[in-house]
Parts: sequence; C-alpha cells; structure tokens
Amino acid sequence: MPAVQETVDRVRRIDVDQYRYGFETLIESEKAPKGLSEDTVRFISAKKNEPEWMLQWRLEAYRRWLTMREPTWARVDYPKIDYQEIYYYAAPKPKKQVNSLDEIDPEILKTYEKLGIPLREVAMLEGIEPRVGETDPVKSKIAVDAVFDSVSVATTFKEELKKAGVIFMPISEAIREHPELVQKYLGSVVPTSDNFFATLNSAVFSDGSFVYVPPGVRCPMELSTYFRINERNTGQFERTLIIADKGSYVSYLEGCTAPQRDENQLHAAVVELVALDDAEIKYSTVQNWYPGNSEGLGGIYNFVTKRGDCRGRNSKISWTQVETGSAITWKYPSCILRGDNSRGEFYSIAISNGFQQVDSGTKMLHLGKNTSSRIISKGIAAGKSQNTYRGLVTAHRKATGARNFTACDSLLIGDKCGAHTVPYIEAKNSSATFEHEATTSKISEDVLFYCTQRGLSEEEAVGLVVNGFVKDVLQQLPMEFAVEAQKLISISLEGSVG
Amino acid sequence: MALLEVRDLHVRVEDREILHGLDLTVNAGEVHAIMGPNGSGKSTLSHVIAGKPGYEVTDGQILFKGEDLLAMEPDERAAKGVFLAFQYPVEIPGVATMNFLRTALNAQRKARGEDEYSTPDFLKKVREVAKSLNIPQDMLKRGVNVGFSGGEKKRNEVLQMALFEPSLCILDEMDSGLDIDALRIAADGVNALRSPDRAMVVITHYQRLLNYIVPDFVHVMSRGRVVKSGDKQLALELEASGYAQFEDAA
Amino acid sequence: MNLVLAKTDTERAVSNVFATARDRLPGAGEVAEARRRAFEAYERAGLPHRRIEEWKYTDLRALMREVAPLAGRPDAAAITRAKAALELVAVDGAAKLVLVDGVFVPELSGIAELGAGISVRTLREILENGANDARSDLLLTSTTDAVISLNTAMVTDGVVISVADGTALSRPIQIVHVATASSASAFTRSHVKLGKAARATFIESFVAAEGASAYQANDAVILWVGDGAELSHLRVVADAADAVNISSGIVTVGAKAKLNLFNMTRGGAVSRYQVFITLAGEGSDLSVNGINLLKDKQHGDTTLVVDHAVPHCTSRENFRAVVDDRGHSVFQGRIIVRPDAQKTDGKMMTRALLLSDEAEADNKPELEIFADDVTCGHGATSGALDESLLFYLRARGLCEKDAQALLIQAFLGEAIEEIADESLREFVMAQAERWLEVRR
Repeated sequence: MPAVQETVDRVRRIDVDQYRYGFETLIESEKAPKGLSEDTVRFISAKKNEPEWMLQWRLEAYRRWLTMREPTWARVDYPKIDYQEIYYYAAPKPKKQVNSLDEIDPEILKTYEKLGIPLREVAMLEGIEPRVGETDPVKSKIAVDAVFDSVSVATTFKEELKKAGVIFMPISEAIREHPELVQKYLGSVVPTSDNFFATLNSAVFSDGSFVYVPPGVRCPMELSTYFRINERNTGQFERTLIIADKGSYVSYLEGCTAPQRDENQLHAAVVELVALDDAEIKYSTVQNWYPGNSEGLGGIYNFVTKRGDCRGRNSKISWTQVETGSAITWKYPSCILRGDNSRGEFYSIAISNGFQQVDSGTKMLHLGKNTSSRIISKGIAAGKSQNTYRGLVTAHRKATGARNFTACDSLLIGDKCGAHTVPYIEAKNSSATFEHEATTSKISEDVLFYCTQRGLSEEEAVGLVVNGFVKDVLQQLPMEFAVEAQKLISISLEGSVG
Repeated sequence: MALLEVRDLHVRVEDREILHGLDLTVNAGEVHAIMGPNGSGKSTLSHVIAGKPGYEVTDGQILFKGEDLLAMEPDERAAKGVFLAFQYPVEIPGVATMNFLRTALNAQRKARGEDEYSTPDFLKKVREVAKSLNIPQDMLKRGVNVGFSGGEKKRNEVLQMALFEPSLCILDEMDSGLDIDALRIAADGVNALRSPDRAMVVITHYQRLLNYIVPDFVHVMSRGRVVKSGDKQLALELEASGYAQFEDAA
Repeated sequence: MNLVLAKTDTERAVSNVFATARDRLPGAGEVAEARRRAFEAYERAGLPHRRIEEWKYTDLRALMREVAPLAGRPDAAAITRAKAALELVAVDGAAKLVLVDGVFVPELSGIAELGAGISVRTLREILENGANDARSDLLLTSTTDAVISLNTAMVTDGVVISVADGTALSRPIQIVHVATASSASAFTRSHVKLGKAARATFIESFVAAEGASAYQANDAVILWVGDGAELSHLRVVADAADAVNISSGIVTVGAKAKLNLFNMTRGGAVSRYQVFITLAGEGSDLSVNGINLLKDKQHGDTTLVVDHAVPHCTSRENFRAVVDDRGHSVFQGRIIVRPDAQKTDGKMMTRALLLSDEAEADNKPELEIFADDVTCGHGATSGALDESLLFYLRARGLCEKDAQALLIQAFLGEAIEEIADESLREFVMAQAERWLEVRR
C-alpha cells in the first residue's frame, strides 16, 4: 500500500491540537443581525435578491420550524444550542462580479492553497499536463463552484458545461435564472416540514450548488464544491439541489475543511438529489471540519439532511462519504427507491477520535418493484469518541422483489471509545430479500505483532490495517479524492495508538 | 409408445423465446446426448421437462409414457419417473441428507400407491447404493449438499438416481466442474443404471463426457432447435469441427 | 424525549382497573406502598407506544384496544378446565407449578415431587405474611419499563423458588399459566434463584383452557443464576388466538455460570417477551434463542438486551421467525459491552421467513460497545423460501406443502438445535411441527 509511508510521516508530524486546516482568513464580511426571526429570513432573502415566491417558501418553513422540537434520538450529547445566539448570514463583501480566478480575493486563494486543495483547475485551465498517476486529463477535470462562507465566489469550467447543456451554478443564482426548475424540485425530496434541522435550513439557507443535467447527457467532468466555514459564530446552511434528467449521469464531489474555533459552530445543510428514468447520480463527500481540541472543546455541529430520490425507472443514486471531522455528526444520506428497478448505494467511512461523536448511516426506502440497495459502512472509533451506525432498510408492501445487502463493520482503537450499530430492518412483503451483517472488533494483536516483527512501527501497522479496513469504500471515490481521503484518515487517527 | 415425446416445443422466459419448436423422441433403453453451444437452450429443455417455474410453454407438448407432462406439478413428474440431475445441485442446510432421501423416496412411492419403505429396509438400500458409489456414511448425515465438493454433489445426484429408480434420467451438464477422476466415478454410477426400461438424456457442451457415457443418439441444438441428429460419430465430428457450422443452420 | 400526552381510552381503562382492584391485591403496608409507587411510575410513562424506542414496533396503545378487568379467583369448574389444558404443554417428568388466572393452585401442582434442596413458596403468601424486607424486595426491579411497573402494581401471585447451593434437580420445574376466564387479565411474577453450582431446568408455559378467549397476561420472571450454576430455561407461549401476553424476564448471571434460554411463541394475538440479561460474573456462557411462529394477524415480539458488564463472557443469540398470512414478527436484540468487559465474545443472528405477501418482519439487532478487545457481531436476514430449494425438493417428488414444511423445519432447526437439553429440544420441535401441521 503506497500511502502507508506518507501516512505515517504525517501522523508523526502532527498532533491532536495541530488541526492542519485551522487558520482564519481575515476578510471583511457582512453579517445578518444575530438571532433568528422573520426579519432574519427576510434579510437573507433580500440579500439574495430573491423573488417573492422564494421568500414565502422560506417564511413558511420558518413558521413550521417554530412548532418543531430538536430531535433527541441520536446517540450524541451536546450543550443546548441557543438559536438566537447564532448569525444566520455572512458574506464576503461583494467587491465586483467575478469572471475569472484572477479576480478572486488573493486571501481566499491563499486559503485554498493552505488547505492543500488548491484550485488546481487553474493549471488545468492553462492546459497543463495531468499529474503523475492521472492518465486521463479529461477525467481528472474538476469544476469548482467554491463556496466561501456562504457565497459562491468562483465558478470555473462554465463554458464546457454550458456546451453540454449542464447547469452548474450557485443555487442563489438558479433561483433567479431557472425559477421553473428550482420551483419544481426544491423541497420535493426533503420537504420544508421534514425535520427540525432541514426546516431550519429551508428558512435560512444561504447558498449552495444547483445542478441540472439535461436528458441523455453524461456530465463531462466531476462537479466539485469546497465548503469553508470561516466566520466566527456563523451558522452555515448550504442548500444543494441536483437533478439528473432522463438518461443522464453526473458525479458530484463535496469536500469540507474548516478553521479551528473555540466556540461550536452549527451546520445544517440540506442536499436533495433527483434522478429521473435511467439517470445516475454519484455523490461523494469528504468531510473534515474542525472536530474540537484535545479537551473536547469547540468543533462543528454537523446536522445534515441528505436525501436522494430515485424517481424514475432504472435510476441510481450512490452516496460515498468519508467523515473524519466535526464534533457532532448527525447525518443519514438516504435513498428513496421509488422507480421500478432503481438502485441506491451508501458507502461510508466514519472516523472519530478525541471527543468526537458520530451518529451516521443511511435510509433505504424501497417503494418500487425490483429495487435494490447496498450499504457498506466502516466505522473507526479512537480516543474518547463515540461512533454509531444507524440505518434503516424498509420494503413496502408493494415493493416486490426488493433486495438489500448491508455490511457494517466497526473497528475500535483504544479502550475509551465506543462503537455502536443500530440497524432497523423492516420487511413488509415476502419477496423482499434482506441480508445484514455487522461486526465489531479491534485490530488483532496477532496482526500487529506480525507487522512489528517484520519491522513496522505500531502506528505503521495500524495504518496498514486501517487502510485495508476501509479499502472497499475508498475504492468508490474518484481517484484524486481517494488519495486525499486516505491522507485524511491517517491524520484523523493520529495519536490513537499507544 | 415412446417414453418421452417432445413435439414442436416453444418456450419463453420473460419476454424472450428460448425454444422455437423443438422435437425429440426418446424410447426406453436409449441414451440420447444433447449437445450444443452455450445459450442454445439445452438447460432450458431439461428445466421444462422437470417443471421448473419461470418458463412459459407457448406451444407444443411433452408426452411422458403417453401422458401430458406439462399438466403435472414437478413432484408428480418425479413420481412418474422423471429425474433431473442438476447442473448445480442446491445446498439445503439443516435438512440431513438421509432424512431428505427417505422423505423424497417415500413421497414418490406414496404418490404411486406403493408402500413406504420401512426404516431398516431404507437404510439397507441407501447403504448399498452409497457403497457402490463410494459415498462415505458421514456425508449422508450432513445437510443436503452442504459443504460437499463438486464431485460429491454430483455423486449425491447419482445416488438419488439409483435410489429412486426413475425411468427417465436427464443429466444436465454432469461434467461441469468435475476433474477427470470425479467424472469417471460419476459416469460409472450412471452406466450401472443403464437398463432396457430406462432412458437417459445426457446434456453436455463437451464431447468428453460421452467417452464415459456412450450415447446411442446425438442431437445438436442451436438457437432453440435440434438442428442435427445422428449417432455417436456426430459427437466426434463436433469435437473436431466445433459448433460454428450449426450457428447458421439454425 | 418524555412527551406529555393525554391519556388514551385504553390508558384510562388501565387506571380504572387498578383503582378497582387495588384493595383486593395481596399485601398491605409497605407492599401497598410499593404498588402505589409503581403505578405512579407506570402512569408517568403510560402504555408503551411507537415513539418509545424500545416499543417502536409494538405499540400497545394501538394493539390493546380493550383492557380487561382483573380475573377473579378460579372456581372448581375453572380448575377442572385448567387441568385438561395442562396436557397441551405437558413435558415428560416435569414437576408442575400451576397458576390459573393469576392464582397458584396447589391441587394441580406437584411441589412435593421436587425433592430436597429446593424451596417453593407462593408470592401471594410472602406478600401477605412474609417478613418486611423479603416482601418489598420481591417488588423491586431495576428497570423503568412501564409494563414491568404495571406488573409490580397489579401482581396477584406467582412462585418464589430457591435452589440451594450445589443442588442438581432431578426433574424440570414447570410453571404453567392457564387462562380459564375470558376478557380478564392476570398479573403474575415469579422469582427463581439458583444457588452456587446448582443445576436446574425451568420451563414456563402459557396456555388457554378450552373456551378461554380475549384474556390478557402480564408476567414477570426474575432469575438469578449463581456462580458456577447451570440453568436451562424454556418458555412456550401457546395462548388463545385472541389473547395478549406481555412477559418480562430480568436475569442476572453470576461467574462461570451457564444459561441456555429458549423462547417459543406460537399463539396469541399480541405477544411480547422482553428479557434483560446481565452477565455479572466473569467466565459465563449465555445462549439465548427462540422462534416466533405467527399466522393470521398475530403480532409476536421478542426483545432482548444482553448486558456484558464484566470481562470474559460469551453470548450467542439465535432467533428465527416464520410468518404467514398477515402476521407481524418483531425481533430487537441489543448486545451491550461495558467499558471493562474486555474479551467479550457476542454473536447474534436473527432470520425471518415470510410465507405470505402480507407478512411482515422487523428486525433490529444492535451492538453497543464500549470496550475494544472484543469480538462482536450480528446478522439479520429476511425473505421468502428459496425457490431453487423448493424446486429441487419438488423435482425429487415432494409436494409443495411438504417441501415447504421440510425447509421451514430446517430453518427453525437452526435455532432449536441450540437447546442444550435433548428432551426439551424434541419437545419444541414437536410443538413447531404441530404448528406446521395446522398450517398444512
């Protein structure tokens, strides 16, 4: 495994408090007044120059939210959130319309550079050769719609996408430019009344990505957005909507890092995916928000609602996630398998260390005939963290021929952490075939001994085992993402041995 | 009267027609080989004769000892003397082979209005047959085919054939997954069961098996029909020239 | 989340039943006080419903439309009918302790057959006349489960069994609950304590006398398996088709002990067996298994919590459900491994076989693990009978029903074979075959 040596080097270099991506970019920002009220909602809507229908949609969500309670069923424990102590909107002050990377605030570009995830598209735009290991320059293209705090500041590759007819833009723009598409699909997968956090998001979402792939089009490149949370006490409420029309295909990458903070930051994103007949959406995430320090202080609270609707026949939605950050992760990317023969997939690596708490999994709702789903979940708990897989698989009465396979494995590193598995498996017709298996174990002493006897350090040996443990999921990621993810996993587990 | 008579058989699976008017006549005492490339419909024929669900017969008929086989349930066909040796015998965990053999044998005898075997008679019969096929006793205690090697599974099929004494044996790709020694043991078992009252239909892709079970007739199937029939020489010709010549004939 | 909800009609009926019955319940003073506290605890929670996580799939508010009044003392005719019903769950050689409509009936019971080293008293006798501390202890439980609180409040009788250290009982003890009264409820609780290195077989059965219908049983069994002791525990729920049976088990297992527990549900409109097992001593072996056989509109729920509180214990759980018609099977199984419980080895398997399009099976196997040096796992499957196996059997001459029955038996056999005691194993297989016969 080639990454091992690099992994080990990194682990050696970094200790718990040296959250590599913890720095702050000093740029002016414009904030909404602190707290949440109808006025806040109106402020946000006005800032975005939204049409009246959008404002009404938000207000309806806000009023619904007032009647809802924060859910408590997840295995996460955090101090009560004061929703009036949060800023719901912050934007870098608009300087001028941005047309190319050159025009972006150099501070922001530097931020990306420090992250180690630069806008490498700069190079690609110049027609530079692909890096070693990347043989197909077209395949490795990534279009970036960078969300900096809450506003998209750069959009690249617009031309090529435009040629293919793919719409990829900040959702705030789509609301203005493609209202018919937004009105048709927004809230159609995650309704405004769905759950406490999704409803909150519906009221105050700031920005996010919008993707529409027309019928029969295979999106010519991977679409990608890097999210950064950068403003003290700013809740981040992205809203993403991706529609794959009949017979189309799109792969979307989402990556997140956030600077170090002492105070907790609330994040409540909503992602909606719609796949029509014969369409396929692949959605990949690497999440690496600030997990809090070695004492368990700070860190992001990540309450995310991600749901895909396989609305058409033979449609497919595949979620892949690598979750290493956040103090609290509450996240269940799900698939509604409505179309006959549709397929849902969920591949997950969830790593917790320090005082992190993860409660994540998926829901596979089989509604159509001959639908299938597959769940592969790998949880790794280290330090004093708690790591829970929570998943629902259900086949309705009419979902004849439904099939699911689930494998969730947990690995414990150290004796102060916890790994939990909570599957709900509901078969409501006899032709549904479900198979579920779960294991929990630690790294075998025999394996460690074997490796150390062959000259590896204990950390190297652990890295080796962990890499093997998560391999099935890493393989699902696009190549360049997989490399980053592997680095991230090693960094996340740093200090967990010995 | 022929033992088995297949006339103008048309069979569909879902929306696709697999057999397009197949004819085959098998008399007692004969051994017929059915050869053909993959996808020619050989296994479909065996499944339809045995009554496997999922196949729709849209036209034609199958007569067995003059009776309409297609009107019968799979277990009725078994009781009448139709035996299919499966290409892939299934594993049935939790059902001990011995228990399975007795239950099946007595169900067939009961359906024919014969007395059920007493336990000692049954045990004696199984032991004899098992011994002749070199099947160890502990294999009979295990779940049906559970943990059996490929050769053991096929021998278990032959064991059942010997025990149930059917009048028509259909051997579906009996040689698949067997090495030469395992094949010889299984074939010897089959040859021991050849008799004037019993017919065999040997389905195979390769001529190799026919060196051990020598057929009286050879039929070549292609694209859902019998395109050529002959004696065992035909199999040797096929071995030399392959199936390509028949692809167009169909 | 403690939602404060208005009482449902059913809940109001439960309160009325308690108010009407409380003066007739055995035990005064501290016992009455314990009942009052328990009833308050129950009322705070109300009847369990789907928003209580542990009762997600068994919503008693929806499933229990009627609440039956407490059954009266059985008369001579009832006892005669009960006696006839005992045959249905007879186990060879077992010494029977019979509770009819929630009341211990000595003339049907065989305490004398049990021999030396064992003491058997009735719960009623202790509640009414026992020493103070003994009485209140019997009503103490560590759980906050609402149906157990209700049991504490309403319990009328049961047996309190103690097996002395080192005693090996020569014959099984069998508690048989017989319902003779229709539309009546019975609340029973029994304590079984096995001393150090004792050995016993303990069977609990539920059965209806002819003509008894629409009755409701709420039973609790509190079990202690002492250090080095070995216990085989079998439960057979063969209630009337329209009965409700909510049973709870609270089990504590000492060190180097063995517990082999099997639950079979093949009757009742609504059945729930919830058992909470704590492995409290090192080096113990636990095997908990069961089968649910459900048809018509039966609802059968097995809920299991295995708490590995100490290191070096092994637990194995193996459950099978066969569901026909519009039956609904629920299995919830949680393995907890506490922070110190290193070297725990826990494995759970649950499988459901759905025989009809409208059958339903919900499985929730859980792992809750706080120690790292463990090997734990679970598996769950659900589906119909394998078509290819059915065809193979039919091609060998078995008719459809026989082929199904053979595969179902094999499927159930995977759980039944875990029963350590051979005669109990055969007893359960026979009961399962009887269910399959009726189905055919």
